Amino acid sequence: MGKYVLQRIFYMALTLFIVISLTFFLMQLIPGSPFSTAAKLSDSQLAIMNAKYGLDQPLPVQYAMYMGNVLQGDLGVSFQFSNTPVTELIAGRIGPSLSLGLQAMIFGTIFGILLGIIAALRQNTWLDYGSTFVAVLGKSIPSFVFAAMLQYIIGVQLGWLPVAFWRGFEYSILPTIALSIFPISIAARFMRTEMIDVLGSDYITLAKAKGASGYEIAFKHAMRNALIPVVTVLGPLTVSLITGSLVVERVFAIPGLGEQFVTSINVLDYSVIMGTTILFASLFIFTVFVVDILYSIIDPRIRLSGGNN
Amino acid sequence: MANHSDKRFPKAMFEPAQVDEKLAEKIEKPSLNFWQDAFLRVRKNKAAIISFIILMLLVIVTFVGPYINGYDSETQNAAHSNLPPRIDAVADVSWLPFDGTWENRSGEKLYPYEERGIEESYWFGTDKFGRDLFTRLWEGVQISLLIAVLATAIDMIIGVSYGAISGYFGGRVDNIMQRIIEILTGIPNLVIVILLILVLEPGILSITLALAITGWTTMARVVRGQVLKLKNQEFALASKTLGATDFRIIFKHLMPNMVGVIIINTMFTIPNAIFFEAFLSFIGLGLQPPDASLGTLIEDGFKVMLLYPSQLIIPSIVISILMITFNLMADGLRDAFDPKMRD
Repeated sequence: MGKYVLQRIFYMALTLFIVISLTFFLMQLIPGSPFSTAAKLSDSQLAIMNAKYGLDQPLPVQYAMYMGNVLQGDLGVSFQFSNTPVTELIAGRIGPSLSLGLQAMIFGTIFGILLGIIAALRQNTWLDYGSTFVAVLGKSIPSFVFAAMLQYIIGVQLGWLPVAFWRGFEYSILPTIALSIFPISIAARFMRTEMIDVLGSDYITLAKAKGASGYEIAFKHAMRNALIPVVTVLGPLTVSLITGSLVVERVFAIPGLGEQFVTSINVLDYSVIMGTTILFASLFIFTVFVVDILYSIIDPRIRLSGGNN
Repeated sequence: MANHSDKRFPKAMFEPAQVDEKLAEKIEKPSLNFWQDAFLRVRKNKAAIISFIILMLLVIVTFVGPYINGYDSETQNAAHSNLPPRIDAVADVSWLPFDGTWENRSGEKLYPYEERGIEESYWFGTDKFGRDLFTRLWEGVQISLLIAVLATAIDMIIGVSYGAISGYFGGRVDNIMQRIIEILTGIPNLVIVILLILVLEPGILSITLALAITGWTTMARVVRGQVLKLKNQEFALASKTLGATDFRIIFKHLMPNMVGVIIINTMFTIPNAIFFEAFLSFIGLGLQPPDASLGTLIEDGFKVMLLYPSQLIIPSIVISILMITFNLMADGLRDAFDPKMRD
């Protein structure tokens, strides 16, 4: 186990290193400089600006400087938002994104798991078909289409909930639903399959024979074991939340990281794009790591490659 | 006890049957090949069949659509800007939104066709430059499909070759190739796609390339698993003994046995690519005007959602139908090709 964890940590660091390098060098390839969109600068002014941000140094030096800074948690300063440090910019934006992401994750997985259990217990009834239908829709309809439709129908036409912005809980309901539709569908599909699998096993028959009630069997015996593999989808779900947050935050005008990222792409704010990319990548890499470790801890049946029990 | 000699059951009926040993192994029905077998099982999946029919209709409309109403997608006509959808044949059907009216936010009905004295009808309305949205929509779907199919094809070529080589040669080659994949899948696709498109400037080719570069790892893994399973079977050994080259064994003997999984994977990749293209357009990294794709149409429609909702709703419905039918078909095919599901 210890060896496996060490190995994974090594890969995690390597992947992160590659991501940072990749981001750096790809950014160098982008045509135009950060100051090309600014007001006309004289050559001497440009030289001063380039010197200030270290852009006059040779590439390897810039790379080493950037690597060193990133390792110390310094992601540089934004070129567009009046020299605000990127870390400060991210810190100011991460709140809404984090709470929206967590809400969507919690609501999505719980509701999806429930939907999956119901579908498995009532196999081949309209409940089952209904939940499959929801799952197919959730998997198929792009999150931004769904978000825009929710906003238009519930926010604009019916006027039940606020259309946009981020000023309190009721403002977060529509974005949460829009963002959680994908987790719901994935969790529901997965849970249904696992539940049906578990319900066919011997110990469930035994529990039935001993006279346990249907409710008890479903929630006390079957659900616990069926839940274990569902942990594995948490990794892909995190990715979907990050991807989704880019567009959902844009649709609902939420001042979060995703919205910030999209803006900085449009104005070519290199340092912010790089900083946010590194943050997203680390988040993803870390989640996958935690999920893998968690999985091996909660299910003793799994033998890890390279692990010695 | 009077029924001892019932006339209905003569003694001859109770003679032992003649067992012909030659017939014991006889297979009653004609044997089916892989495709017939798969088709038989797909046929039972109603959702997949209906999806297939809808998808085919949609594809036909996509390629015929731009030519049937006489407008082209790029002619601008400021006098005809932002018109609501109107189809003469169903303009009087009240529950269909094709009567050529807008409703403003206070619930008043507006009649732009009558107000501006326009005789023609635009089936799906026009955009802010007065371009016909019906034609633009189908040309957009064409581009979206082109990007998706092209990206998936490149994906398939890279993924299958990589996976086959990695699995077939095994040992150190496999080890190194798998470590590379491990690291690549550790990086979120989104990040690579966005960075690549920033570098390459948005366009059909760069979007396709970015999608292909990030998409092939799943295919490579699946194919590797299959090759590992198949390469030690007798038919591969027999072929090797007869002097076949590695290349020939992989592509002539192993490949036909993996067609199923490759098709399933491809079917899941296409909707994924359609989604990513639209997603990129939505965050401002899509095609540049005047080109249109589903994504840019949705993006343009979103901007004017409050005033002219149909400009958002129509492309949204089309992309949703595309995604749903592709996913249902992929599900159906997966069930049909998966030998574990055989009944």
